[in-house]
Amino acid sequence: MIELRGLTKHYGDTVAVDHLTFTVRPGIVTGFLGPNGAGKSTTMRMMLGLDKPTAGTVRIDGKHYRQLKNPLTYVGALLDAKAMHGGRSAANHLLCLAQSNGIPRARVGEVLDLVGLASVAGKRSKGFSLGMGQRLGIAAALLGNPRVLLFDEPVNGLDPEGIHWIRNLMKNLAAQGRTVFVSSHLMSEMALTAEHLVVIGQGRLLADTSMAEFIEQNSRSYVRVRSPERERLLTMLYREGMRVFAGEAGALEVDGVPAERLGELAAAERLVLHELSPQQASLEEAFMQLTAGVVEYHARNGGGPPPTVQGGGPVRSAVPQGAMSRGPAPAGWGTDRQWQRKRS
Amino acid sequence: MAVVGQVLRSEWTKIRSVRSTVWTLGTAAVVTLVTGVLICTLVRKDFDSMPEQRQLSFDATNISFAGMGLGQLAMIVFGVLVVSNEYSTGMIRSSLAAVPQRGVFLFCKLAVATALVFVVGLVTSFATFFAGQTALGEHRAYLGDPGVLRAVIGGGLYMAMMALFSMAVATMLRSPMLSLGILMPFFFLVSSILGNVSATQKVGRYLPDQAGSRIMQVVTPVNDATPYGPWGGFTIMVGWTVAALVVGYVLLNRRDA
Repeated sequence: MIELRGLTKHYGDTVAVDHLTFTVRPGIVTGFLGPNGAGKSTTMRMMLGLDKPTAGTVRIDGKHYRQLKNPLTYVGALLDAKAMHGGRSAANHLLCLAQSNGIPRARVGEVLDLVGLASVAGKRSKGFSLGMGQRLGIAAALLGNPRVLLFDEPVNGLDPEGIHWIRNLMKNLAAQGRTVFVSSHLMSEMALTAEHLVVIGQGRLLADTSMAEFIEQNSRSYVRVRSPERERLLTMLYREGMRVFAGEAGALEVDGVPAERLGELAAAERLVLHELSPQQASLEEAFMQLTAGVVEYHARNGGGPPPTVQGGGPVRSAVPQGAMSRGPAPAGWGTDRQWQRKRS
Repeated sequence: MAVVGQVLRSEWTKIRSVRSTVWTLGTAAVVTLVTGVLICTLVRKDFDSMPEQRQLSFDATNISFAGMGLGQLAMIVFGVLVVSNEYSTGMIRSSLAAVPQRGVFLFCKLAVATALVFVVGLVTSFATFFAGQTALGEHRAYLGDPGVLRAVIGGGLYMAMMALFSMAVATMLRSPMLSLGILMPFFFLVSSILGNVSATQKVGRYLPDQAGSRIMQVVTPVNDATPYGPWGGFTIMVGWTVAALVVGYVLLNRRDA
């Protein structure tokens, strides 16, 4: 269990991490998501006591990292694959880490075997490929058989086979009751591994939700309709009280209505349709919408505390006056109905 | 708390598992020995043509350590690399995650490295002394002569302290290029220039290498006005090192890794 309370990190005037409060629970894989530069790595370094927080605390099983005796037996971390001396052999790299934490020498061979590096144990890590370096970093994380595991972008630079291996490894570790906290900037990757999701943007917490909930609330399905008589079509859709957004090239996107019903309505109105196609917005898109809207969201809310997805939902980009907004509208976005009406 | 014994063992594994250790320490030993013997051979041939005053204050022990000035440069490289390699490779993040008590980490690393340099330095010092004295022939000194044993052991102490000072500087600066770029020209050029120009001699003799190398002298040169003896000089060197260590430790403790 990892508990963050108001964790904040400033670099000069720049705020890298801004009052993060959340808990990472054991037994599941928790995804830590955010665009590049969102503060993920800084947060993870603070968890390990490498960087000093400007304010706030991180506790691991109730203790500060520095209070842990033989910390590698509590927390294993893969921060970056390059956190090793290239001139040292894989086995010696692990051996010096094991010795510093009183871990028996035999464990070095075990973890090398586990990550599939046993055959290059005596080779210097300088000649390792990115994927091998990543595996050695994971071996180091597993060395102390820790209950808490942190992985910072573990799939970076791995081939499909390696990615598959890491996904299964993380799931297995979590299934054994360990706390697994893994960062990524790829939503699609997280959707496959994580059960719980923590999303940050510009150092602030944007969402702390279960993956199932996030998918349910953010994977929007809609129907794209295109007609040469766009205004008549719009009038009809608004009369029926439907949620409409402008799509590409004059198309309209209608939420929450099956394509069949739209077709029937158009037929009744004798409207010519050039397109009538059901669409599914990707999670990646939902994530981009969520993180892109950070600044604007806070401006409109007078700097209040960031809500979870459950409470408020992601934010779309600015709505131009007199034009329809584009992009997906998550189901949680209930308060926004007025502008859709007002527009018509 | 990290157990000091565990961390000492870990640091020993780190030092013995990289090639730069053998290269730098080996170079230091060979350069010191070979240069010392070479100078001794030349001096033996020149001895009779030397002015009488220089013959009287001839320091056979110190002459055999003539290669120390070059050999210490390799020791400095060793000291700098031991610390700054952690930073340049990113290993420091693994190291500090394993041993979050930074004082323990630094103390153990420096203790192991300094102990190793002392052993290598001591062996080098004795080997250089015996080889140099053999080359000096009839002008040689003996280990039993007054002050000679202290000078020879002092050679090992000097090398250890020089390496430790370099480690402390590297702890402050982190970058190997920056550390070497400051330490090498300083000890190779600046210090000897300051020490040989009469106007700056008074300042120069308080520099760590000049004060410290006094411990390898047996015969005081004629007209020597140095206000400290062999151990006094070495104490000055220790003072420099302690000061650098304190600054290095404070910075390490305060900085983000």
